[in-house]
Amino acid sequence: MTAPPLLQVRDLTATFTRGSSATRVVQGISFDIAPGEAVGFVGESGCGKSVTARAIMRLAPEGTPLTVGGSIRYRGQELTDLPEPAMRDIRGRRIAMVFQDPMSSLNPVMTIGAQIDDMLRRHGGLSRQAARRRTIELLGLVGIRDPALRADDHPHQFSGGMRQRVLIAIAVSCQPDLLIADEPTTALDVTVQAQILRLLLRLRRELGMALMLITHDFGVIAGMVERVHVMREGNIVETGATDTIFTAPTHPYTSALLAAVPRLSERGTA
Amino acid sequence: MNKAPRTRGQVLVALGLVMLALLIAIVLFGPVIAPYSPSKTSPGSLAGPTAAHWLGTDSIGRDVLSRLIIGGRTTLVITSAAVAIALTVGLILGLICGYVGGWVDLAVMRVLDIIFAFPVFLLAIAVVAALGPTLRNLIITIAIVYTPTLARVVRAPVLSVKRWDHVEAARSIGVGEVAIALRHVLPLVISPVLVQTSLTLANTIFTVTALSFLGLGPPPPDPNWGSMLAEARQFMELAPLTVIGPATAIVFASLTFIVLANGLREVLDVTASR
Repeated sequence: MTAPPLLQVRDLTATFTRGSSATRVVQGISFDIAPGEAVGFVGESGCGKSVTARAIMRLAPEGTPLTVGGSIRYRGQELTDLPEPAMRDIRGRRIAMVFQDPMSSLNPVMTIGAQIDDMLRRHGGLSRQAARRRTIELLGLVGIRDPALRADDHPHQFSGGMRQRVLIAIAVSCQPDLLIADEPTTALDVTVQAQILRLLLRLRRELGMALMLITHDFGVIAGMVERVHVMREGNIVETGATDTIFTAPTHPYTSALLAAVPRLSERGTA
Repeated sequence: MNKAPRTRGQVLVALGLVMLALLIAIVLFGPVIAPYSPSKTSPGSLAGPTAAHWLGTDSIGRDVLSRLIIGGRTTLVITSAAVAIALTVGLILGLICGYVGGWVDLAVMRVLDIIFAFPVFLLAIAVVAALGPTLRNLIITIAIVYTPTLARVVRAPVLSVKRWDHVEAARSIGVGEVAIALRHVLPLVISPVLVQTSLTLANTIFTVTALSFLGLGPPPPDPNWGSMLAEARQFMELAPLTVIGPATAIVFASLTFIVLANGLREVLDVTASR
C-alpha cells in the first residue's frame, strides 16, 4: 500500500442520456488499485460494476451515450480527457479487459491465431512470424492443448471455457499492468469456472499484473482477491479485506449478499 | 462437412457455377469460339439452320450464332461492370452509414431513397438520354440505379453486427474504428450481400438488354442481345431463330444468377447460424 496507486479513481460518475432523460448509474465512487493488487467488485445486476469498468476503458455501449465525470488516473495520467488515439494505446496494452460472454466475444470469421496475432502486431510491433510464435506460446500459457494446431481453428470449434482462455490470452498478450475481468466466469459451467479462476490467479502471479475482478458471486471472490468493494445502486457501500468481509460484514447489504450464496450443506434442510 | 449429403443449396450453387463458367467462357474466348466475324455477311439472308450457320443468318446475312456470342460479351461486360461499380459504392456507403450512423446515415440514405423511389426504367432512360447512349454511360446509369439496393443490404446487418460483443472486445484491446469496421464488421455482413449481388446481376441483364432493345445501348453495328432482338423483331415470322436465339441467351444468363442466388441463400444461411 506504500507504492503509488496504479489506478486512482475519484468521484467517478457515469450517466446514461437518452433524449431528455438522464440516468446516473454510478454515483461518485472512489477507489485505488495498487500495482499487482487484486481487487474485487461485488454487487447485484445493475449496481454499476460493469459500467465502472467501461468508464475506465472508455467503452460506451453502442447507441447509449455515456457521460463520465470525476477523475480516473492511470500512473498519475488523467484518462478522462485523454484524446482517443492515445486512449487506444492504453486499451489492451496497459489496461486489458475480459468480458462475460466468451461465446460472442471472438470474431466468428477469423481464426483464433489471427485474432491474437492481430493484437500482438498492433501493440507489440511484432513481425508476422514472431507474432505467430508468441501466439502459440500464449495459447500454451492459457492451457490450450496442441496450440500450434488449434491456432488455425475458428471460434466455433472451441468450447466456452476454451474461448474464455483464448480471450484471456488476447487480454494478457501485451502484458498489461491491469486486467479488468467483468464477470469472467458467469457464462461458464461450474467446473470450468474454477479452472478459469485458477488461470487468472496464475497469470496474475506470473505476469505481475493487477486484477480488477467484477462479479455478482461472492463464491468467485473468495481466494482470488485481497480487497473487496461491495457496490449497490451506483455506490460503494462497503470496502474491506476479503477475509474481514466474509467473517464480519459491517453493512447489512453485504450480509444479505453473503446469505444469498447457496451452500451445499443447506440442501437437505431446504 | 465433407461427408454430409449434398443439400439442395449446394446443388444449386454447383449448377449456377457451371452455368456461370459457360458465360465467362463466352466473355473471355468469344472471338475464338465464334465461327464468323459478327459483321461478316454471307449470301442468303434470314436462312434457317445449316451446317455452315447453325442458327441461320439474320436479315442481312450475318451469322446468328457468332453475333450471339460476340453480342453476349458486350451484354455481360456491361452487366458485370455496372454491378461491380454498384457493389463497390454500395458497400462503402452501406458500411459508413450503418457503422457511423447519425446525420451521415440520415443524409446519405435519404439521397439513396430518392434514387430508389424512381422506377428503374424511367430513371435509366432519363440518365442515358441525358448523358447519351454510349457503352460507358450505360454502365454508369445502371450502376446508379442499383447502388441503393446494395447499400441497403449492406447497411441493415451492419447496424446489428456493430453492437455484437466481439466488436466491443476488439475496441477494448485498442483496435481503431476503421479497422473494426473493415475486419470485424464487414466480413460478417458478406453473405446477404453475395445473395443480393447475384440477384442484382440477374436483374441487370434484363435492364441492359431492355435498354439496348429500346435503342439506348451501345450503337450498332456492334451486336448485343438487346439490339439483336430489336433488329430481328420485324422478321420474327420469317426467321424465328433470330428472335429465339437472343431471347434464350437472355433467359439463360439471368437464370444463371437466380439459381446462384437461391443456392447461396440456402448454403450461407446454414453456415451463418452461430
